[in-house]
Amino acid sequence: MGGVTAPAPLEIDQTESAEETFAVPEPDVPWVTIVHNDPVNLMSYVTYVFQTYFGYPKDKATKLMMDVHHKGRAVVSSGTREEMERDVQAMHGYGLWATLQQDRN
Amino acid sequence: MPGHFEPISGGGAAVALDEVEISIIRSLAVQLLELIGPGPAEEAGDDPLAELFAEGPSEPPKDPVLQRLLPDAYGGPGADAASPEEAAEQRAYSAEFRRFTENDLRAGKRHNALAVIRSLDRLDAAGDGGAVLELTPDDSRQWLGTLNDLRLAIGARLDVTDEEDTDLLFRLPDEDPRKPMVMAYLWLGGLQETLVETLMP
Repeated sequence: MGGVTAPAPLEIDQTESAEETFAVPEPDVPWVTIVHNDPVNLMSYVTYVFQTYFGYPKDKATKLMMDVHHKGRAVVSSGTREEMERDVQAMHGYGLWATLQQDRN
Repeated sequence: MPGHFEPISGGGAAVALDEVEISIIRSLAVQLLELIGPGPAEEAGDDPLAELFAEGPSEPPKDPVLQRLLPDAYGGPGADAASPEEAAEQRAYSAEFRRFTENDLRAGKRHNALAVIRSLDRLDAAGDGGAVLELTPDDSRQWLGTLNDLRLAIGARLDVTDEEDTDLLFRLPDEDPRKPMVMAYLWLGGLQETLVETLMP
Protein backbone atom coordinates (compact mmCIF):
# COMPACT_ATOMS: atom_id res chain seq x y z
CA MET A 1 0.00 0.00 0.00
CA GLY A 2 3.10 2.23 0.20
CA GLY A 3 2.61 3.15 -3.46
CA VAL A 4 -0.81 4.64 -2.66
CA THR A 5 0.26 6.99 0.13
CA ALA A 6 3.31 8.32 -1.67
CA PRO A 7 1.53 10.80 -4.01
CA ALA A 8 -0.35 12.55 -1.19
CA PRO A 9 2.54 14.71 0.14
CA LEU A 10 3.37 15.64 -3.44
CA GLU A 11 -0.06 17.15 -3.96
CA ILE A 12 0.24 19.18 -0.78
CA ASP A 13 3.60 20.51 -1.95
CA GLN A 14 2.07 21.64 -5.21
CA THR A 15 -0.75 23.49 -3.47
CA GLU A 16 1.69 25.34 -1.24
CA SER A 17 3.90 26.42 -4.09
CA ALA A 18 0.85 27.64 -6.02
CA GLU A 19 -0.18 29.83 -3.09
CA GLU A 20 3.29 31.28 -2.81
CA THR A 21 3.26 32.15 -6.49
CA PHE A 22 -0.02 33.97 -6.00
CA ALA A 23 1.24 36.07 -3.08
CA VAL A 24 4.45 37.30 -4.73
CA PRO A 25 4.09 39.67 -7.72
CA GLU A 26 5.21 37.73 -10.75
CA PRO A 27 6.52 39.01 -14.04
CA ASP A 28 3.67 37.01 -15.63
CA VAL A 29 0.96 39.17 -14.04
CA PRO A 30 -0.59 41.05 -16.94
CA TRP A 31 -0.12 44.76 -17.44
CA VAL A 32 -2.94 47.13 -18.29
CA THR A 33 -3.27 50.44 -20.12
CA ILE A 34 -5.39 52.97 -18.25
CA VAL A 35 -6.91 56.08 -19.81
CA HIS A 36 -7.63 58.90 -17.37
CA ASN A 37 -10.42 61.43 -17.56
CA ASP A 38 -9.65 64.99 -18.54
CA PRO A 39 -12.21 67.70 -19.20
CA VAL A 40 -10.63 68.83 -22.48
CA ASN A 41 -10.82 65.72 -24.65
CA LEU A 42 -14.17 65.45 -26.43
CA MET A 43 -16.28 62.37 -25.70
CA SER A 44 -16.70 61.75 -29.43
CA TYR A 45 -12.94 62.02 -29.98
CA VAL A 46 -12.12 59.55 -27.17
CA THR A 47 -14.65 57.07 -28.63
CA TYR A 48 -13.13 57.60 -32.07
CA VAL A 49 -9.62 56.84 -30.74
CA PHE A 50 -10.78 53.61 -29.03
CA GLN A 51 -12.48 52.48 -32.25
CA THR A 52 -9.64 53.50 -34.54
CA TYR A 53 -6.58 52.40 -32.57
CA PHE A 54 -7.90 49.32 -30.75
CA GLY A 55 -10.43 48.38 -33.43
CA TYR A 56 -13.16 48.11 -30.76
CA PRO A 57 -16.78 48.09 -31.96
CA LYS A 58 -18.69 51.31 -31.34
CA ASP A 59 -20.60 49.89 -28.34
CA LYS A 60 -17.45 48.82 -26.51
CA ALA A 61 -15.60 52.03 -27.38
CA THR A 62 -18.53 54.12 -26.14
CA LYS A 63 -18.79 52.14 -22.88
CA LEU A 64 -15.07 52.58 -22.19
CA MET A 65 -15.34 56.30 -22.93
CA MET A 66 -18.28 56.60 -20.50
CA ASP A 67 -16.24 54.73 -17.84
CA VAL A 68 -13.38 57.20 -18.31
CA HIS A 69 -15.84 60.08 -18.08
CA HIS A 70 -17.82 58.92 -15.03
CA LYS A 71 -15.32 56.79 -13.08
CA GLY A 72 -12.28 58.89 -13.91
CA ARG A 73 -10.39 56.04 -15.54
CA ALA A 74 -10.83 52.85 -17.52
CA VAL A 75 -8.69 49.87 -18.42
CA VAL A 76 -8.62 49.93 -22.21
CA SER A 77 -6.22 47.07 -22.96
CA SER A 78 -4.13 44.39 -21.28
CA GLY A 79 -1.12 42.30 -22.20
CA THR A 80 2.63 42.25 -21.77
CA ARG A 81 4.47 45.27 -20.46
CA GLU A 82 5.97 45.93 -23.91
CA GLU A 83 2.53 45.82 -25.54
CA MET A 84 1.12 48.22 -22.96
CA GLU A 85 4.02 50.63 -23.42
CA ARG A 86 3.18 50.61 -27.12
CA ASP A 87 -0.50 51.34 -26.38
CA VAL A 88 0.37 54.13 -23.93
CA GLN A 89 2.71 55.68 -26.48
CA ALA A 90 -0.08 55.57 -29.07
CA MET A 91 -2.59 57.13 -26.64
CA HIS A 92 -0.13 59.97 -25.92
CA GLY A 93 0.16 60.43 -29.68
CA TYR A 94 -3.62 60.93 -29.82
CA GLY A 95 -3.40 63.31 -26.87
CA LEU A 96 -5.18 61.04 -24.39
CA TRP A 97 -3.83 60.85 -20.86
CA ALA A 98 -2.77 57.22 -20.41
CA THR A 99 -0.56 55.22 -18.05
CA LEU A 100 0.32 51.56 -17.67
CA GLN A 101 0.54 49.45 -14.54
CA GLN A 102 0.60 45.86 -13.44
CA ASP A 103 -2.92 44.53 -12.94
CA ARG A 104 -3.06 43.73 -9.23
CA ASN A 105 -6.83 43.22 -9.09
CA MET B 1 -20.92 75.63 -42.95
CA PRO B 2 -19.03 78.31 -41.03
CA GLY B 3 -17.36 76.95 -37.91
CA HIS B 4 -17.96 73.33 -38.69
CA PHE B 5 -16.70 70.58 -40.96
CA GLU B 6 -18.97 68.70 -43.31
CA PRO B 7 -18.24 65.38 -44.98
CA ILE B 8 -17.36 65.43 -48.69
CA SER B 9 -18.85 62.69 -50.83
CA GLY B 10 -16.18 60.11 -51.53
CA GLY B 11 -14.37 60.79 -48.24
CA GLY B 12 -12.75 63.76 -46.60
CA ALA B 13 -14.15 66.91 -45.06
CA ALA B 14 -14.63 70.57 -45.90
CA VAL B 15 -15.05 73.76 -43.93
CA ALA B 16 -15.50 77.39 -44.95
CA LEU B 17 -13.02 79.67 -43.19
CA ASP B 18 -12.83 83.44 -43.33
CA GLU B 19 -9.59 85.38 -43.41
CA VAL B 20 -9.46 85.89 -39.64
CA GLU B 21 -10.18 82.23 -38.89
CA ILE B 22 -7.43 81.10 -41.27
CA SER B 23 -4.93 83.42 -39.60
CA ILE B 24 -5.96 82.34 -36.08
CA ILE B 25 -5.55 78.62 -36.81
CA ARG B 26 -2.26 79.24 -38.60
CA SER B 27 -0.90 81.38 -35.80
CA LEU B 28 -1.93 78.84 -33.13
CA ALA B 29 -0.34 75.98 -35.11
CA VAL B 30 2.91 77.96 -35.43
CA GLN B 31 2.88 78.62 -31.68
CA LEU B 32 2.30 74.91 -31.07
CA LEU B 33 5.31 74.08 -33.28
CA GLU B 34 7.46 76.52 -31.33
CA LEU B 35 6.25 75.15 -28.03
CA ILE B 36 6.83 71.49 -28.92
CA GLY B 37 10.15 72.39 -30.49
CA PRO B 38 12.89 69.92 -31.22
CA GLY B 39 13.13 68.87 -27.58
CA PRO B 40 16.12 69.24 -25.28
CA ALA B 41 18.07 66.25 -26.60
CA GLU B 42 18.00 67.18 -30.28
CA GLU B 43 19.62 70.57 -29.91
CA ALA B 44 23.23 69.47 -30.01
CA GLY B 45 25.10 68.96 -33.27
CA ASP B 46 24.24 69.11 -36.97
CA ASP B 47 24.77 65.41 -37.68
CA PRO B 48 21.40 64.02 -38.82
CA LEU B 49 22.48 60.50 -37.87
CA ALA B 50 23.27 61.63 -34.36
CA GLU B 51 19.71 62.90 -34.13
CA LEU B 52 18.36 59.50 -35.17
CA PHE B 53 20.12 57.85 -32.28
CA ALA B 54 19.67 60.67 -29.81
CA GLU B 55 17.87 59.74 -26.62
CA GLY B 56 15.04 61.87 -25.39
CA PRO B 57 14.90 63.63 -22.04
CA SER B 58 14.22 61.64 -18.89
CA GLU B 59 12.70 64.48 -16.86
CA PRO B 60 9.10 65.63 -17.40
CA PRO B 61 8.81 69.14 -18.90
CA LYS B 62 8.46 72.08 -16.50
CA ASP B 63 5.80 73.86 -18.56
CA PRO B 64 2.25 72.72 -17.59
CA VAL B 65 1.17 72.70 -21.24
CA LEU B 66 4.05 70.43 -22.26
CA GLN B 67 3.38 68.26 -19.21
CA ARG B 68 -0.11 67.65 -20.55
CA LEU B 69 1.06 67.02 -24.13
CA LEU B 70 3.92 64.75 -23.00
CA PRO B 71 2.64 63.00 -19.86
CA ASP B 72 4.33 60.40 -17.65
CA ALA B 73 3.60 56.79 -18.61
CA TYR B 74 3.72 55.37 -15.06
CA GLY B 75 1.91 56.51 -11.93
CA GLY B 76 -0.98 58.92 -12.23
CA PRO B 77 -4.26 59.07 -10.30
CA GLY B 78 -5.43 55.74 -8.90
CA ALA B 79 -1.89 54.34 -9.00
CA ASP B 80 -0.61 56.08 -5.90
CA ALA B 81 2.62 54.54 -4.75
CA ALA B 82 2.30 52.48 -1.56
CA SER B 83 5.84 53.36 -0.45
CA PRO B 84 8.67 55.79 -1.26
CA GLU B 85 10.44 52.90 -3.00
CA GLU B 86 7.44 52.31 -5.26
CA ALA B 87 7.20 56.04 -6.04
CA ALA B 88 10.88 56.08 -6.97
CA GLU B 89 10.34 53.01 -9.16
CA GLN B 90 7.45 54.71 -11.00
CA ARG B 91 9.59 57.80 -11.59
CA ALA B 92 12.44 55.67 -12.91
CA TYR B 93 10.13 53.76 -15.28
CA SER B 94 8.58 57.02 -16.50
CA ALA B 95 12.04 58.48 -17.09
CA GLU B 96 13.12 55.47 -19.13
CA PHE B 97 9.91 55.50 -21.18
CA ARG B 98 10.33 59.22 -21.84
CA ARG B 99 13.93 58.75 -22.95
CA PHE B 100 12.86 56.31 -25.65
CA THR B 101 9.54 57.81 -26.76
CA GLU B 102 9.41 61.58 -26.19
CA ASN B 103 11.36 62.55 -29.32
CA ASP B 104 8.99 60.49 -31.50
CA LEU B 105 5.97 61.93 -29.75
CA ARG B 106 7.20 65.48 -30.33
CA ALA B 107 8.03 64.67 -33.97
CA GLY B 108 4.53 63.27 -34.57
CA LYS B 109 2.88 66.39 -33.17
CA ARG B 110 5.18 68.66 -35.23
CA HIS B 111 4.38 66.62 -38.34
CA ASN B 112 0.64 67.14 -37.81
CA ALA B 113 0.98 70.86 -37.10
CA LEU B 114 3.15 71.36 -40.20
CA ALA B 115 0.52 69.59 -42.32
CA VAL B 116 -2.13 71.96 -40.96
CA ILE B 117 -0.01 75.01 -41.80
CA ARG B 118 0.73 73.71 -45.30
CA SER B 119 -2.92 73.02 -46.07
CA LEU B 120 -3.82 76.57 -44.98
CA ASP B 121 -1.03 78.03 -47.12
CA ARG B 122 -2.34 76.12 -50.16
CA LEU B 123 -5.75 77.78 -49.90
CA ASP B 124 -6.76 80.02 -52.75
CA ALA B 125 -8.28 83.00 -51.06
CA ALA B 126 -11.57 84.25 -52.43
CA GLY B 127 -12.10 87.99 -52.94
CA ASP B 128 -12.95 88.56 -49.27
CA GLY B 129 -9.94 86.55 -48.06
CA GLY B 130 -12.05 83.56 -47.07
CA ALA B 131 -11.81 80.10 -48.60
CA VAL B 132 -13.21 76.58 -48.45
CA LEU B 133 -10.69 74.18 -46.97
CA GLU B 134 -11.00 70.64 -48.33
CA LEU B 135 -9.24 67.79 -46.54
CA THR B 136 -8.57 64.20 -47.60
CA PRO B 137 -9.16 61.57 -44.88
CA ASP B 138 -5.39 61.56 -44.21
CA ASP B 139 -5.32 65.37 -43.92
CA SER B 140 -8.33 65.11 -41.61
CA ARG B 141 -6.51 62.80 -39.22
CA GLN B 142 -3.58 65.22 -39.02
CA TRP B 143 -5.94 68.13 -38.47
CA LEU B 144 -7.74 66.15 -35.77
CA GLY B 145 -4.44 65.59 -33.93
CA THR B 146 -3.47 69.26 -34.09
CA LEU B 147 -6.93 70.53 -33.13
CA ASN B 148 -6.77 68.24 -30.10
CA ASP B 149 -3.23 69.34 -29.18
CA LEU B 150 -4.26 72.99 -29.49
CA ARG B 151 -7.27 72.45 -27.23
CA LEU B 152 -5.10 70.58 -24.69
CA ALA B 153 -2.58 73.42 -24.78
CA ILE B 154 -5.19 76.18 -24.38
CA GLY B 155 -7.05 74.13 -21.76
CA ALA B 156 -3.83 73.80 -19.74
CA ARG B 157 -3.11 77.54 -20.08
CA LEU B 158 -6.66 78.30 -18.91
CA ASP B 159 -6.16 75.82 -16.08
CA VAL B 160 -9.10 73.62 -17.09
CA THR B 161 -8.68 70.66 -14.76
CA ASP B 162 -12.24 69.51 -14.16
CA GLU B 163 -15.68 69.73 -15.71
CA GLU B 164 -16.68 72.67 -13.50
CA ASP B 165 -13.84 74.76 -14.94
CA THR B 166 -15.36 74.31 -18.40
CA ASP B 167 -18.75 75.42 -17.11
CA LEU B 168 -17.16 78.52 -15.59
CA LEU B 169 -15.48 79.40 -18.89
CA PHE B 170 -18.88 79.53 -20.60
CA ARG B 171 -19.98 82.20 -18.14
CA LEU B 172 -16.92 84.51 -18.24
CA PRO B 173 -17.88 88.19 -18.49
CA ASP B 174 -16.85 89.92 -21.72
CA GLU B 175 -14.23 92.08 -20.01
CA ASP B 176 -12.33 89.06 -18.64
CA PRO B 177 -8.83 88.96 -20.19
CA ARG B 178 -9.19 85.22 -20.78
CA LYS B 179 -12.28 85.73 -22.95
CA PRO B 180 -10.54 85.70 -26.38
CA MET B 181 -8.67 82.49 -25.52
CA VAL B 182 -11.88 80.91 -24.28
CA MET B 183 -13.66 81.87 -27.52
CA ALA B 184 -10.84 80.22 -29.51
CA TYR B 185 -10.99 77.13 -27.27
CA LEU B 186 -14.73 76.68 -27.80
CA TRP B 187 -14.51 77.39 -31.53
CA LEU B 188 -11.71 74.82 -31.98
CA GLY B 189 -13.89 72.36 -30.03
CA GLY B 190 -16.69 72.83 -32.57
CA LEU B 191 -14.28 72.27 -35.45
CA GLN B 192 -12.87 69.14 -33.82
CA GLU B 193 -16.28 67.73 -32.91
CA THR B 194 -17.57 68.05 -36.48
CA LEU B 195 -14.31 66.75 -37.97
CA VAL B 196 -14.48 63.63 -35.76
CA GLU B 197 -18.01 62.99 -37.05
CA THR B 198 -16.73 62.83 -40.65
CA LEU B 199 -14.11 60.21 -39.65
CA MET B 200 -16.26 57.95 -37.45
CA PRO B 201 -15.82 54.36 -38.59
